[in-house]
Amino acid sequence: MAQITLVEAINRALATEMERDSDVVIMGQDVGKDGGVFRATVGLTDRFGPERVMDTPLAEAMIAGMAIGMAVEGLKPVAEIQFSGFAYTTIDQILNHAGRMRYRTRGRMSCPLVLRTPCGAGIHAPEHHSESPEAMFAHMPGIRVVYPSSPRRAYGLLLASIRDPDPVVFCEPTRLYRLFREEVEDDATALPLDTCFTLREGTDVTLVTWGGMVHETLGAADALAELGYAAEVIDVATLKPYDLDTILASVGRTGRCVVVSEAPRTAGFASEIAASVSEQGLLSLMAPVQRVTGYDTVVPLARLEKYYIPSVERIVAGARRAIEFS
Amino acid sequence: MQPVARFEIYYTQYLDESGRVTQPFPEFAQDTAQLIDLYRWMGLMRTYDAKAIALQRTGQLGTYAPILGQEAIQAGVGSAMRSDDVFLMTYREQGIQLMRGVTMKELFLYWSGDERGSDYSGPRGDFPICITIGAQATHAAGAAYAIKLRRQKRAVVCAIGDGATSKGDFYEGMNAAGTWKLPLVFLVTNNQWAISVPRGAQTAAETLAQKAIAAGIPCEQVDGNDLIAVRQVMDQALTKARNGEGPALIEALSYRLSDHTTADDASRYRSADEVADAWKREPISRVRNYLTGLGAWDKTREEALLKDCNERVQTAVQEYTATPLPKPAAMFEHLYETLPSALEPQRAELDLNGDAGGADHAG
Repeated sequence: MAQITLVEAINRALATEMERDSDVVIMGQDVGKDGGVFRATVGLTDRFGPERVMDTPLAEAMIAGMAIGMAVEGLKPVAEIQFSGFAYTTIDQILNHAGRMRYRTRGRMSCPLVLRTPCGAGIHAPEHHSESPEAMFAHMPGIRVVYPSSPRRAYGLLLASIRDPDPVVFCEPTRLYRLFREEVEDDATALPLDTCFTLREGTDVTLVTWGGMVHETLGAADALAELGYAAEVIDVATLKPYDLDTILASVGRTGRCVVVSEAPRTAGFASEIAASVSEQGLLSLMAPVQRVTGYDTVVPLARLEKYYIPSVERIVAGARRAIEFS
Repeated sequence: MQPVARFEIYYTQYLDESGRVTQPFPEFAQDTAQLIDLYRWMGLMRTYDAKAIALQRTGQLGTYAPILGQEAIQAGVGSAMRSDDVFLMTYREQGIQLMRGVTMKELFLYWSGDERGSDYSGPRGDFPICITIGAQATHAAGAAYAIKLRRQKRAVVCAIGDGATSKGDFYEGMNAAGTWKLPLVFLVTNNQWAISVPRGAQTAAETLAQKAIAAGIPCEQVDGNDLIAVRQVMDQALTKARNGEGPALIEALSYRLSDHTTADDASRYRSADEVADAWKREPISRVRNYLTGLGAWDKTREEALLKDCNERVQTAVQEYTATPLPKPAAMFEHLYETLPSALEPQRAELDLNGDAGGADHAG
């Protein structure tokens, strides 16, 4: 079995599903001959032709809007928005149209599209290339927001997203694209959406996170182990709708919860999880739910970004605030 | 220096405002029975529209956007389209919807604030009304791409208004249509007013049609109050689109004789003289004058038509008012194909409140 990177896993999932289902169409800027700026679609034009791997004009709202029209007409478009900082002009399309098409036609129409977009900081990219907009998308009714954190989950969750009958915003953690390799069996098996993945079991504290921050959070769990604390690590994976039950069950065992996110703190998705755990898990909690997040600032450019992204040390400190609370 | 590009915009009219023939008719219009059929459709549109306004004024319908004055465009386009073509629309296309098979009951339901009105009996592939201005231009390009990819002989019609031609979505949709030579016809209903902003304040462009030139799309103007001209240019554009000859844009010149919606008062921003002048060019009377001149129409037939239209509208009103209100839990239906379990507690919360939660916040 091949050891592949996360971005290679995405490429495999796309190729596998295009092979299986002739309705699957790739679209986006530079996704054709260039194979995408991160090479997620490399080789697909040669295999499936330019009609199914569409290099689009440079217009993000058009990409999202066309994907809606294609999906309603029965195709399964997988659209790439080159960076999530450019995805904001698609919000009208996703919020007002994709997420509502089934509802407002009482099920007459549906919109099974996937909008893939690289997210997060940490790759020394230019401005607007390091955004974490997942909470904005998670606020929109009628869509799913999926955010994998390993090659295997990227493969299985992307397959699930393409096969899902409703629109999916698929956030891809840029700094994990090539950070590590993992064995991924290219057997067209999807992973379940709407469910968390418990990556590590532990009894002292529940660390909840998603996307790129899974990497630092696992590092923090290692550091906590050295301090004698066993941390449970949960990858939320699907942020909308999300699997609160798994998180609550874990907090029921550990009594302490830390939510880790690199997005700005106010009204972020960490706040949603913290609120729900506080609301429904109060009798289990032995300490206030802690949030370890990016700051309510503009995500800084390369020279400062390492101070912005929650570090292992900040996560450990947050966990200790929860564990050592009295 | 030498010119590297030139363009001209052509304008088509067959029947002037008094019903005089300005050039030889195309083939379909030489069949008087067909013209009478379309005239009857226009009559039904106007009767329906007046009833919708009356229902709103008496508290039996929500905010409504009238189609008054645009009946020729709508009958022309509605008759040029085939049932397996795809229609994407603004909120002011009810005449086309009716001709395509959406029922009056469904229109009333929609404008009463009931999503079931978008679950059309008519063409199941027609998109729901697009309220956000111009967004449907990109959806249309996507639908047309799917049709082209599957080598189908169908076309897409994307109706937008003059105001939407200022929006990026319009340009992006046109650009896509031109780039991929899509089977897509843009219909710009230029009714001169985007709520209170007149056409002249919308753009410095001489015509709205010419905006398609930059996208490499053939474009033309048509007298939108001339049923025959609209039907003819639309028919030609659609035939080309279905045959793989690419997109087109048609700017249909008309006038919004009504307020923007029933929540608007157009007298705040335009003069009564202007509206009175526009009434001289309204689309229905010129067809009536033409048919009357032929001896194919008279007062008796007109009265019979009005009676028939009124009866049909009245029947639809009865069907509409007899439709039970949707259950509150309907807001959780069709949100996803299957309601995610994460939403079940919220639905239970709604059920818990039951009918008691149904306070009328609009009051």
